Amino acid sequence: MSAPEALIRVDDLHVHLGQSHILQGVSFEVPEGGVTALLGRNGVGKTTTLRAMLGLVPRRGSVTLAGEELTRLPTHAIVRRGIGYVPEDRDVFAGLTVEENLRVAERNGSPRYELVHELFPELKARASQRAGTLSGGQQQMVAIARALLNDNPVLLVDEPTKGLAPLLVTEVAAALERAAELATVLLVEQNLAVVARVAQQVVVVDGGRVVHAGAAAELLGDPARVRSLLGVHGSSH
Amino acid sequence: MSTFVLLTITGLGLGAMYFLIASGLSLIYGLMGVLNFAHGALLTAGAYATWWMSTHVGGGPGTKLLAGAVFGIAVGAALAALIELVLIRPLYRRPVEQVLVTVGLALALGALIEAIWGFDARPFPVPAWLIDTTSVLGASIPNDRFVEIAAAALVLAGLTGFLRFTRYGLIIRAGVENRAMVTALGIDVRRAFTLVFALGGAAAALAGVLSGVYYGVVDPTRGTSLLIFAFIVVVIGGFGSIGGTAVAAVAVGLLQQYTNYYSSGLGDLAVVLLLAIVLLLRPEGLSPKVAH
Repeated sequence: MSAPEALIRVDDLHVHLGQSHILQGVSFEVPEGGVTALLGRNGVGKTTTLRAMLGLVPRRGSVTLAGEELTRLPTHAIVRRGIGYVPEDRDVFAGLTVEENLRVAERNGSPRYELVHELFPELKARASQRAGTLSGGQQQMVAIARALLNDNPVLLVDEPTKGLAPLLVTEVAAALERAAELATVLLVEQNLAVVARVAQQVVVVDGGRVVHAGAAAELLGDPARVRSLLGVHGSSH
Repeated sequence: MSTFVLLTITGLGLGAMYFLIASGLSLIYGLMGVLNFAHGALLTAGAYATWWMSTHVGGGPGTKLLAGAVFGIAVGAALAALIELVLIRPLYRRPVEQVLVTVGLALALGALIEAIWGFDARPFPVPAWLIDTTSVLGASIPNDRFVEIAAAALVLAGLTGFLRFTRYGLIIRAGVENRAMVTALGIDVRRAFTLVFALGGAAAALAGVLSGVYYGVVDPTRGTSLLIFAFIVVVIGGFGSIGGTAVAAVAVGLLQQYTNYYSSGLGDLAVVLLLAIVLLLRPEGLSPKVAH
């Protein structure tokens, strides 16, 4: 069986922030469909990789989406190619209501409110509540909903379960599974149980470079490898 | 009692002018992080454009003022949009250069106006009914004070409605909170930048028109002197907050008038003291960085 076609190709991506050389030539591919997890210890450049792909930080190198070079485009144009982004810190607009947070994300005439409310019914009930008064889990729902609202073929999702209670982690994982039915997901995630549940592919970053790429089940089934690459125990349960 | 009423309404009129200048400054900084020191020059340019047009149209002072005001406000908006497109846009993420450019532009525009029309104040077309007074609780209030207050109230209502009920208003409110995230939603926030600059320029030019009516003349230093208090209003109100700016403008206008009258001209000092107190107790201003 041939390898799945790459939808996204990141090639020799470099990012300097101040005096730090954060990304030192990151290269990997994301196949079309499913979830690819971007893994690594804290501070190795996972979030910076997503931000660099979107042009949110100055970068050098190549990022292509379905063969189109993205690095020459401004951020808003990259996103309009069909990329939804769920940032690490959620970045909801605290002074806007839930409904306004979703409305500002609308990019075309047919936003998918039915899908969003099916996944997160709570958002419908809290439509007129200011996002700044929501709990962390509810804010995460808003952040994911904003990305799902438009028909994006790609989702970049940065640590969606960070700081959430176990019940909410399960809910977010279910939403990611549903999202993966509709789009290709590149997921930064520290929770290996979530990775094991939703991801088919993994890319491991260390020291600003990719040190491993392959099937998720293969890596997660090798606790010694997980420990050496990620510095954590490999049990995904 | 009549003195207090006169001071109050005059203070509100002054606050109205501060609000018109400060609202644009506040939104521009809140959304773009740009401290626009050329904002006062937009006021002066709007006032001079109004005066210039009034000398080129026929009719009575009312017609001249109306035609001039429309032209002046259009000039303020167009000049502000041009400044954003040509000078500010290439300098986003370079705050030091932005400050240098806007300070330089303020000096250059002032010098240009002086070079064309000289240092002397020019008489403004003010209809007689604006100079007349209306009796309120025994106080004779010049009618222009009511026009200033009404104009600021209309701008406040218009800006609030624009921010609350339009797509661009929503983008601006979101952008004031987190510009990068708005961009990451696929929105070209630069269009909102230009729009906010143009709106700010129009409001500053309107303040120029009203200051011309208030003082009866226009001179090249008008914008600079009012800009200082507008900056104080913005800091007190909270950058990016239209509501906070309105409250702060009224507070500063009233405080200045009352103190000037009851303490023989210490109004400016009182305003600076108010600024110091707010900065000590609430450094982020009355209503921090949320455009509403």
